[in-house]
Amino acid sequence: MAKFNKKKDGDVPAVSTASLPDIVFMLLFFFMTVTTMKDSSIMVENTLPNATETKKLEKKDRVIYIYVGKPTSQYTSTFGSEPKIQLNDKFADVGDVGDFILQERAAKPQELQNVLTTALKVDRDANMGLISDIKQELRKVNALKVNYTTTDGDAFANLQ
Amino acid sequence: MRNRANTEVNAGSMADIAFLLLIFFLVTTTIETDAGIDRLLPRIDDTSTIVVRQRNILTVNINNSGALLVEEELLPLEELKDVVIAFLDNGGDGSCDYCKGNREETSSDNPNIAIVSLRSDRQTAYADYIAVQNEITAGYNTLRNREAQRLFGSDYTALEQDYLNPQTGPLQKEQLKAQILQIQELFPLNLSEAETASE
Repeated sequence: MAKFNKKKDGDVPAVSTASLPDIVFMLLFFFMTVTTMKDSSIMVENTLPNATETKKLEKKDRVIYIYVGKPTSQYTSTFGSEPKIQLNDKFADVGDVGDFILQERAAKPQELQNVLTTALKVDRDANMGLISDIKQELRKVNALKVNYTTTDGDAFANLQ
Repeated sequence: MRNRANTEVNAGSMADIAFLLLIFFLVTTTIETDAGIDRLLPRIDDTSTIVVRQRNILTVNINNSGALLVEEELLPLEELKDVVIAFLDNGGDGSCDYCKGNREETSSDNPNIAIVSLRSDRQTAYADYIAVQNEITAGYNTLRNREAQRLFGSDYTALEQDYLNPQTGPLQKEQLKAQILQIQELFPLNLSEAETASE
């Protein structure tokens, strides 16, 4: 009899959490594979324009990034609201672009120095004057491969 | 000894550790947008002035409000792609046997010497400039796709994607590269953003 009674007063068994780590690890690996490390915080507004005819930048180690756009709200008091160039973590002038490219190029391994691409991450509201100045500087240091980084989307939406 | 067989390592905190790692990665990483329009800038020491006949140049001007002036006439952006295609595919002097254009007297002789001249104002918004670049590239890609379909039964853009795919083997890559170069030779991207002298 005692044997039967014992079964009745048993509590609801606890939900097993043994598989929880597995689930979380799965999530973790997902994020590790689809994301990349942030190497610099962006201090300019950077809403990229849309384009459809894009090509992917496959190899991250062969890319030098240049950001252009209006300084974000926390920097407007010191740097104004005109579009600025950001190189690494600093605001810079057009004249600094050449030196920056040469510096970045020297830091890369020898075999990659000739195949570097400059990715221009430019805010959609920036004006072309600044961009042509940057392109002129890039030509001076022979950094001729350029990628205008864009988001995928309808290009006609740019006109609004 | 019997008890010992039943003891298990407590794995309850494992989830916490994994969550901690997960949150760390969420905070320190971003999903990067790393696609864009590729362009090759001209060399700076390239000061040679080539004389090009007027009919082989398609002039595209963008003003500061984003309006387009193509061959001295206003044109909506939606029509630019078709104008570019018609211009490149014209084959005016009959030396281009794969061109399917109208062979008009006023348009280009051969896609090899046809130049698209793009000029923008200093006040032009970057978004407008990219939209125009996108449409010009779309024109070239349409023609290149057509030729790639004819020669290799596959789109040019698909060939390029396969070439950039890291999973493609080296042998196949060589083959793809040869095919891509062959197509690029048929419709080379002659985009000029500098002053172009005309006859």
